Amino acid sequence: MTVEDLQELAGHEQQRQQQFMHRIYYCSAAGCISCGSQAIRETLKKSLHENNLAAQCEVIGTGCMGLCGEGPLVKVDPDGTLYQRVDEATAQRIVDEHLVQGKPVADHVVDTSHPFFAAQCKIVLEHCGRMDAERIEDYIAGDGYTALAKVVTEMQPGDVVEEVRKSGLRGRGGAGYPTGLKWGIVRKVKSDVKYVVCNADEGDPGAFMDRSVLEGDPHRILEGMAIAGYAVGAQQGFIYIRAEYPLAIERLKIAIKQAERLGLLGNRIFESQFNFRIDLRIGAGAFVCGEETALLRSIEGRRGRPRPRPPYPSERGLWGMPTLLNNVETYANIAPILNRGSAWFASIGTPKSSGTKVFALAGEIRNTGLIEVPMGIPLRTIVFDIGGGTPEGTDFKAAQTGGPSGGCIPKEHLDVPVDYESLGALGSIMGSGGLIVMNSSSRMVDVAKYFMDFCRDESCGKCIPCRVGTVHIHDLLDKISKGKATRDDLGLLEELCVMVKETSLCGLGQSAPNPVLSTLRFFRHEYEELLTTAETFVPSESDHDTSSHA
Amino acid sequence: MPPLTAQKPHPSGDNRFKLLDRAITKHQSRGDALIEVLHAAQGIFGYLENDLLIYIARALKLPLSRVYGVATFYHFFTLKPKGKHVFVLCTGTACYVKGASKIQHALEQCCKTTFGETTPDNKISLVSARCVGSCGLAPVAVLDDGVAGKLSPENAVERVRAWQQQSDEVTA
Repeated sequence: MTVEDLQELAGHEQQRQQQFMHRIYYCSAAGCISCGSQAIRETLKKSLHENNLAAQCEVIGTGCMGLCGEGPLVKVDPDGTLYQRVDEATAQRIVDEHLVQGKPVADHVVDTSHPFFAAQCKIVLEHCGRMDAERIEDYIAGDGYTALAKVVTEMQPGDVVEEVRKSGLRGRGGAGYPTGLKWGIVRKVKSDVKYVVCNADEGDPGAFMDRSVLEGDPHRILEGMAIAGYAVGAQQGFIYIRAEYPLAIERLKIAIKQAERLGLLGNRIFESQFNFRIDLRIGAGAFVCGEETALLRSIEGRRGRPRPRPPYPSERGLWGMPTLLNNVETYANIAPILNRGSAWFASIGTPKSSGTKVFALAGEIRNTGLIEVPMGIPLRTIVFDIGGGTPEGTDFKAAQTGGPSGGCIPKEHLDVPVDYESLGALGSIMGSGGLIVMNSSSRMVDVAKYFMDFCRDESCGKCIPCRVGTVHIHDLLDKISKGKATRDDLGLLEELCVMVKETSLCGLGQSAPNPVLSTLRFFRHEYEELLTTAETFVPSESDHDTSSHA
Repeated sequence: MPPLTAQKPHPSGDNRFKLLDRAITKHQSRGDALIEVLHAAQGIFGYLENDLLIYIARALKLPLSRVYGVATFYHFFTLKPKGKHVFVLCTGTACYVKGASKIQHALEQCCKTTFGETTPDNKISLVSARCVGSCGLAPVAVLDDGVAGKLSPENAVERVRAWQQQSDEVTA
C-alpha cells in the first residue's frame, strides 16, 4: 500500500457511494440493537427490494447516532432526515412514504436543530453514525489513514510528538495528563522494545463513550495507535478491552484484520521502515484494571493488582519495557490533530483544556445518549439545553461526574465550566465522561453508599487503607442511612475518608472517598437529618450545632 | 499432555478438551496468555471446574496457585456452573438511579434465591453486572444473550416466569 493506492481506494469508494440515490443508515450500536434495529434492517431491505429500489439505495449499519434513549434510530441521506423510535412498521413507512413518495414520515422525524444536535461539536464522534464500522473502505473514503500516511512518509517522530504537545491534548481517561508530554517521555527512553497500549477497560458504571467509539469508528483508534507507535518507536500495540463489550470486540477484530489485509498494519507500512501490529487483550471484569499498572499486569496474564509508581509505565511498563498508555478517546483525537494541525485543535475549548469531551448522558434526564461538547461549556448547557432537563414533574438535584471516583455537583454550581481544573475545584473530576443526572428522589447518603459498595467490591485488596477503609466507610454510611448513627460516627466517617484518600496505593483507593466527601460538602444536611439524637460526647460538636439550628 | 481427562472423564466427553488444546496452541502455551485461555475454557465448558484449572496450569506450565488466583480475581470467571437461563441485571449508576434495586428485590422474591446464586433446580442464575454500557436504556438487563432495556419490576418478573414455565414444559 502506497499513499497513491490509498487515495485511489478512497476515490473508488466515494464514487461507489455517489451512485446511490439514498443512503439509509440504521444505528447498530449495542443500545439500538437491543431495541431491535436488526429487524429494521431486514424490513428496510425487503421493502426496498419490493419497490425496486434495492439498486439505488444502500442500507448501512453504523455506530452510535447519539440519541440512545429514543432508539432505534434511522437516518436517510442525502437530506439527513433522522427518525426516532423506529419499529418495523415505521421502517416500512420510511420506504413507502419518504423514499417512494418523497414525503418524510413526520411523526417520527427528529428535529435536528434542537440544541441536542446544534450545541455539539464533533471530532471524536464525527464518523459515528455516518459510516459502516465494518468496512475499512468507508473509513478510507472519509480521509481515513491519511494522517498515518502523512506521518510515516513526511514527518520525523520527534515532530509528531511536538505536534501533539502543541495541540494541548490531555488524557481523556480522567486524570488529564498532557498527552504530548507522555509521548515525549516514552520516545526519549532508550530501548529496543517499546509498547503502545490502549485502555478500553471502561469500568466506570454509567460510562459508555469508549464502547460507542470502538463500535462506531474502530479504525480511528487503530490509526491513532499506529501514529503513536511511529512517534515513540514502538512496533507492538495492545488494546485492553472489557469482556462486557462483545460487539466492540467483534468490530475491532474485523477492523484489525482489514487493516492488516491492506498493509495499513503489519510490516513496512506505506513502504517505509515502520512496522506496527495490534493485538487485542480481553479483560475479565475487574474495575481496578482501569488503573494503568494493574492493566499492564492483566495484559501479562496475571491478577490485575497495581504497583507503586515510580517507575511509571513510560519507563518500565509491559514486561519491564517502556510503555505508552492512553485512553480510547485520546487516541481518537490523534488523527484529526495531525490532519488539521495542532493550532486548529488548540483553538477549540479552553486554553488549559483544549478540544472536546465526549459525555454519556444518563439517569433522570430527557435526552439520554452520547454527546460531544467543546471543553469549557457550562454544565447547565449540557444538562438543560442538550439534555433537555429532567423529565416532567421532577426537579434537578445533582449531576454526578467521574463515576465512583468523582463527585456530585449540586444545582447552585451548575454554571461551572466543564474542564479539568473547574470540576476538580468542586471536589469532582472530569473522569472518563459518564454524566448522571439525579432528581430529588435520590437520597445522597444512599448514592454515596452505592458508590462505596462498588469500591469495596472492586478493591483489589493489596493495600490496607483501601481494602479495610472502604469496608468501614460503607458500614458507617449504612449505619447513617438506617438512622442509627450518631454525630461521632459522622466525624469518624470524615476522618476515615481523608485517611483512605491520602494513604491508598492507587487511583482507586485515592479517589474512592470522593463521592462521600462531595456529598458531605454540598448535601451535609441530608447526613445530619439522619443522625440519631442519642447523647454522645463529641468535643467539636458545638460548631455543628449552631449551624444546624441557624 | 498429562492424561488428566482419563483419570476423571468429563461427563460430556473429551471433544471439548480438543477445542481447549487448540486455543492453548494458538497462544503457543505462553503463560502470559492465561486470561485468554481461561476465557476460551469458560466459553467451551461454561464454567471453570477445578480439574479444568489443573489442566490449564499444566498446559501453560504455571503454578496452580497462579491459575486459581487469576480465575478467582476476575468477576467474569465463574467456578460454579450457571443455570439454564442467566439474568444479568445491570447495577450501574444510571440503572441504580432508575430503580434497579426494586427489580433486584422483585426477582429475588420470584426466584427465591439471591443475586450471585443459581436456583436449586439449576434453571435460573441471577447475576448482577456493574455496567453493561447501555445506560440510555436504563434500567437494563442481559437475558441470556439479548439486552433488554427500560425494565420495570413487573416485566422483569414476567420474563423470568416465562423461563420457569418454559423449562417446566421441556422437562415434562
